[in-house]
Amino acid sequence: MRQDTLRHVYGWLLLTPAAILLVAFTHYPTVATFINSLFSKGNPIRPSRFVGFENYALMMEDPIFWKVLGNNAIFALGTIPTSIALAIVMALFVNSRLPGLGLVRMAYFTPTVLPMIAVANIWLFFYTPGIGLIDQILGLFGLPGHNWLGDPDTVMPAIIVMTIWKEAGFFMIFYLAALQNIPAELREAALLEGASRWTYFRRVLFPLLMPTTLFVLINAVLNSFKLVDHLFVLTKGGPDNASNLLLYYIFETAFSFFDTTYGATLTVVLLLLLAVFALVQFFLLDKRIHYR
Amino acid sequence: MTALDRLSRPLEITAAWALALLWASPLLYAFWAAFHGPEYAVNFDLAAPLTLENFREALAQAPFLRYGFNTFLLVTLLLAGQFILCTLAAYAFARFRFYGSDVAFALVLVQLMVTPEILIVENYRTLAGLSLVDSISGIALPYMASAFGIFLLRQAFKSTPQELVDAARLEGCGVFGVLRRVYIPLAKPTYLAYGLVSVSHHWNNFLWPLVITNSVETRPLTVGLGIFGAPESGADWSIISAATLLSVAPLLIAFLLFQRQFVQSFMHAGIK
Repeated sequence: MRQDTLRHVYGWLLLTPAAILLVAFTHYPTVATFINSLFSKGNPIRPSRFVGFENYALMMEDPIFWKVLGNNAIFALGTIPTSIALAIVMALFVNSRLPGLGLVRMAYFTPTVLPMIAVANIWLFFYTPGIGLIDQILGLFGLPGHNWLGDPDTVMPAIIVMTIWKEAGFFMIFYLAALQNIPAELREAALLEGASRWTYFRRVLFPLLMPTTLFVLINAVLNSFKLVDHLFVLTKGGPDNASNLLLYYIFETAFSFFDTTYGATLTVVLLLLLAVFALVQFFLLDKRIHYR
Repeated sequence: MTALDRLSRPLEITAAWALALLWASPLLYAFWAAFHGPEYAVNFDLAAPLTLENFREALAQAPFLRYGFNTFLLVTLLLAGQFILCTLAAYAFARFRFYGSDVAFALVLVQLMVTPEILIVENYRTLAGLSLVDSISGIALPYMASAFGIFLLRQAFKSTPQELVDAARLEGCGVFGVLRRVYIPLAKPTYLAYGLVSVSHHWNNFLWPLVITNSVETRPLTVGLGIFGAPESGADWSIISAATLLSVAPLLIAFLLFQRQFVQSFMHAGIK
């Protein structure tokens, strides 16, 4: 009996230090964010007061909110499928016996260990109009230069290309781990049956990699909402919010425009989006057992 | 193997190498720009003289050594804190089926999704209340109780054989003795994997440190570099490249030296 009581005491005592910090920096701020979103922005003359869902009504009419939400969708759709396809190709390359394997794997993976800020610094010069590397190369062929980051039509593609470069090698790791767990006999059997390597990939490998693809996909979507560091260096969300993303807009609203209640309202939307994707992950990844 | 497959093998090798070259080129280019004078920034003359002038200039224009020291302090403090807090919490979840442990574990996992940088507004307010704005512990504190660390270590502790635990208890080990003598030594690969992932994550983290710091004494490398590289800073391209390389050098060198451990750690941490 005493032993049984001790179990609860020890469990809670061991958990307490971590629990205090988790509550202070995850659970409490989540609740506080929601409560704050129900108040008006205060100023010296009129203090903040309860306004119900008024901030949400304002948000629905805020064209920038819809713009950044759309940009987040474009950013996710532009980066994730291509990164995943490249990651599979990279993993297949690295998993085969390749001359200079170590170097190839290093080349694919290195961008992953760089901070996004450094990546943006490097790529900024590629995109700089006139003197940038891309414009210089275009100039060699007599083609006109272009303000890649200053044109609303090209700024998202430019950022998407850079992000793919940074992310593909990271996703490759998960495919590499999955490929190493696929028995070699499968491949031998398929090739003995006269299947071409493409058929083997399409009919055997790709379906076997499906759980990995689901895992990578959901995590990539969650991550795409948190990836905004590059905007600080490349565009500041511009031109005219053409490259702005939700988390960056929250930062701007709270720390540049000092509107913390509207910042809280936007944060609630971000939290809801993350929650939806996390639930999708929970139920979809549950299914991966059936593939095994 | 069909004839087509035999033909495709050299093609595949060429493609793998072409992609590797393409992937390496932005970073190789940064090296080129950093080690040459600005007049060679887009002029790839192999005979161009090498120079360290850009590094000297970058160090003269911004206190990168101080930033580097701050980052080092930050990741050390964070890792030590994470190891202690996550070990204790993971031990609680793996070993004691205490009242409410399932609900508590679910609440811990919430942090996998709601990371502290999403709640910048509220977390800033909290740290201002604790007078920890613009301090290295202020950057570290929200990340110290890491759900990811608790989760990974709990998995590792759960696979500890019960016989070893029983043997240690017969030898007279108490609750902490068993943890220190049996659980922790057996989880070493997990500590290594988690440590590498955590250090590289926090070495590179930007948004939260940007929000919470505002002086040279606390700013980590990423924030220093972000300010330095912003177009309005007016720094020259070659110097920005040098500064960028300075900032990533320690982590990049560690990665190149321990490539296998890095790749395996990321795999280990991602799959569990």
